[in-house]
Amino acid sequence: MDALLLHRIHFAFTITYHYLFPQLTMGLALLIVILKTIAIRTNNERYNEAARFWARIFAINFLVGVVTGIPMEFQFGTNWSRFAQVTGGVIGQPLAMEGVFSFFLESAFLGLFLFGERRLSKWQHWGAAFMVFLGSWISGFFIIVTNAWMQHPVAYRVMPNGGFELTSFWGLLTNPWALIQYSHNMSGAVITASFVMCAVGAFYVLENRFPEHGRIFLRIGVIAGVISCVTQIFPTGDLHGRYMAKHQPAATAAMEGLFTSTKGAPIVLMGQPDEQNKRIDNPLAVNKVLSFLIYGTTTAEVAGLDQFPPDQWPSPLPLLFYAYHIMAGLGTYFAALMALAAFLLWRGKLYTTHWILWPLMLSFPLPYIANTAGWMTAEIGRQPWVVYGLLRTSSGYSKYVSAGNTLFTLMGFMGLYTVLSILFLILVYRIVHRGPVAGPAEASPQSAFTS
Amino acid sequence: MGSIWFWFVAAMLGAYVVLDGFDLGVGILHPWLGRSENDKQLLLRTIGPVWDGNEVWLIAGGGTLYFAFPLLYASAFSGFYLALMIVLWLLIMRGASIELRSLMHIGVWRAFFDGLFFVSSALLAIFFGAALANVIRGVPLGADGYFFLPLWTNWLPGTSPGILDWYTVLGGLVALVALALHGALYVAVKTEGELQQRVRSVVPRLWIVLFILTGMDLFASVNVRPDILDNYKAFPVAFLVPAVVGISLVGIFFFSRKNADRNAFTCSCIYLAAMLVGAATALYPRLLPSTSNPSLDITIQKALSGPHALRVGLVWWIFGMGLAVLYFVIVYRMFRGKVSLHEGGYGH
Ligand code: HDD
Ligand code: HEM
Ligand code: HEM
Repeated sequence: MDALLLHRIHFAFTITYHYLFPQLTMGLALLIVILKTIAIRTNNERYNEAARFWARIFAINFLVGVVTGIPMEFQFGTNWSRFAQVTGGVIGQPLAMEGVFSFFLESAFLGLFLFGERRLSKWQHWGAAFMVFLGSWISGFFIIVTNAWMQHPVAYRVMPNGGFELTSFWGLLTNPWALIQYSHNMSGAVITASFVMCAVGAFYVLENRFPEHGRIFLRIGVIAGVISCVTQIFPTGDLHGRYMAKHQPAATAAMEGLFTSTKGAPIVLMGQPDEQNKRIDNPLAVNKVLSFLIYGTTTAEVAGLDQFPPDQWPSPLPLLFYAYHIMAGLGTYFAALMALAAFLLWRGKLYTTHWILWPLMLSFPLPYIANTAGWMTAEIGRQPWVVYGLLRTSSGYSKYVSAGNTLFTLMGFMGLYTVLSILFLILVYRIVHRGPVAGPAEASPQSAFTS
Repeated sequence: MGSIWFWFVAAMLGAYVVLDGFDLGVGILHPWLGRSENDKQLLLRTIGPVWDGNEVWLIAGGGTLYFAFPLLYASAFSGFYLALMIVLWLLIMRGASIELRSLMHIGVWRAFFDGLFFVSSALLAIFFGAALANVIRGVPLGADGYFFLPLWTNWLPGTSPGILDWYTVLGGLVALVALALHGALYVAVKTEGELQQRVRSVVPRLWIVLFILTGMDLFASVNVRPDILDNYKAFPVAFLVPAVVGISLVGIFFFSRKNADRNAFTCSCIYLAAMLVGAATALYPRLLPSTSNPSLDITIQKALSGPHALRVGLVWWIFGMGLAVLYFVIVYRMFRGKVSLHEGGYGH
């Protein structure tokens, strides 16, 4: 394997693993604030217990997010040094701001939130939870600004030495791509958290252990889930797709598997791209829908891959196609499942309808897959550019770091993260197994995160 | 503008060393101080609520370095590739060991994470010290501003050294002992009774070793890079910095003998900060010197970002640092006082 490919896999592996955790952090932070708000307004102790239960899971999840996030910050320099050198003047800004404005905030208030319940007043403790939520969402924003600039560079100037220089700070922060991407991404994080909450709720209700708490989890999870699943598709997913078709047409063509430009282009629901023969094998297609989705009319012409020289095709193309279809397919399933669940909740039948509780319990891994697939769509669709249209991925990696070195550290991360995953699963299993009404021993705080 | 950002980044990294330094130190001393399960829990509690916030100084400092001096960030991080990756792995293991240890009531589980906590803390201290020594000694920069260093060559700091040679290992040992002492003084401030007695008794031994090593290190630095004295000769006031290093060292000795733990700890903070300021003064305006040819040095000028970004950065950086300091004041006030194992053991 050549060095370029290994650097790509190295980054892809470590970031994909990292993002498994922040998506729950960000979504759950919101749901915990909601639980605490209801607890205060209704004076129902069950909601406080629910908030404490999720705080325990949050703490472990946050820890893994932190320790896997630190390598990300440094990998721009270690593995993508040319890229880092020329773009630092632009995206170094949001990255530095993320550290200064959100990580300090999060780490400080997380300590207060997890430790301070006895020493703070009700509202102060609510405030600590809110600050943790705010910190994680600000962090998400700055990192998306970073990524959005790579997808759609704005507010920059090329300096004589070939580097990029920021020309407008607000232009960078209000990059339209970033705003769309942020709303889609955060909605995706809420989906993950609601599915996880529903899964635990359904488990408790089906097992008839802690059924009261289980019902609370289901109620909050289903309501948050139905809202976020809808916003995921419309308007955010839809907008995202249209904006891409306009600014990254080659990526759109590859995602959709459109090899030749077509008027009234069909949408391919399933199939296998065949790059050599430039066609989709076994296509299951609906006529004219793609033109309609992108341009709002059934006759508009959609650019196919034939419009672009092959060295500007995203690669690996089949992976991009599958990733996109997995995301969109799962998105449709999520919306359908949550709509049904919400309907049953409204009719008061949710907690006794086993055929809906089972899928709610088992579906929680799917949002992780959908979020990962979404990012793979974004990141592979950006290829062969690391900064779209400006800097090729093949010019961005660290030339002096050999393939052998990269493989070595990649394997190191894989080993370490395997162990970390096992520990994480054991500990979360244990929390779920013990349930939301832990004895006093559990409540005594030990250290920054884990109570 | 460049000089301002040089000192900003130095200040952030300095804050990192002073703050995370004591919790690394607690890790280094853990096997010696933590005799009983109670002691071990107490030790972890002294750093429990603060270690993550302390570590953010490294992340935010790294981000600011990337933003202000992209060339330095790119060149140094890829050049020290393997060492940096090892540091990242150690940071992961250390975070996990602090937080996961107490989650299971299984002896083997806890013993494993205790061991990991010690090993990762000690190695991190050594690597950080060696990193600073590498920057002072210089690296074999190419014309494009890049380099790639093997972990070690023949252990000599010549024109094409390794990341580890006798000089950088010496730097690593200084850091190891300095942070162990720093951690010991912190524990003395935060604990009472038998544990406090025990930690007070290790202080003089660590102090002697640190005193000798500091002297050796200053001497070695001047020998390996005679030009680090240039700035000092040009601005003799700068000799105040090494003087402060010496005075604070004596201060540690003096106060710890009188069991004035708080003052001794303050002196230790000053000692660490002064060591770093001394190094930064020696480097300025270089960021990463070349071992062979001064015209290849990465300087502030060469590495600096564009003016608009830096101007805007000035505004948010000052504002953001104000907030960060505020959070630290809140958290440290909230968790002030001696730790104990009782419920709500912080404060009073
Ligand atoms: C629960 C997760 C989830 C679900 C169900 C969906 N998405 Fe998504 N999608 C994401 C999670 C996600 C993401 C992980 O959040 C991405 C990756 C980058 C980003 O900002 O959002 C993303 C990216 C992304 C992109 C790529 C943008 C780019 O290349 O930068 C498009 C076009 C869409 N989405 C469109 C959709 C549509 C039309 C969906 C309708 C069913 C959909 N997504 C469901
Ligand atoms: C928002 C912050 C992110 C930034 C700044 C970022 C940046 C980068 C960079 C610099 C690369 C290497 C260059 C390249 O291959 O083009 C890369 C590749 C990649 N990233 Fe991201 N990334 C981010 C988030 C994510 C997330 C959350 C995921 C997945 C869950 C992801 C998945 C990938 C994949 C799969 C690749 C490899 C693409 C390929 O080379 O084919 N990224 N990203
Ligand atoms: C390459 C890109 C990325 C870098 C450099 C990065 C960096 C980091 C770092 C250093 C941390 C630890 C912070 C601490 O110590 O408190 C962290 C945590 C976090 N990251 Fe990332 N990250 C990246 C991708 C992402 C993405 C794509 C998201 C989401 C949109 C994200 C959201 C978060 C959040 C919310 C946290 C704090 C909560 C948690 O750790 O679970 N990050 N990240």
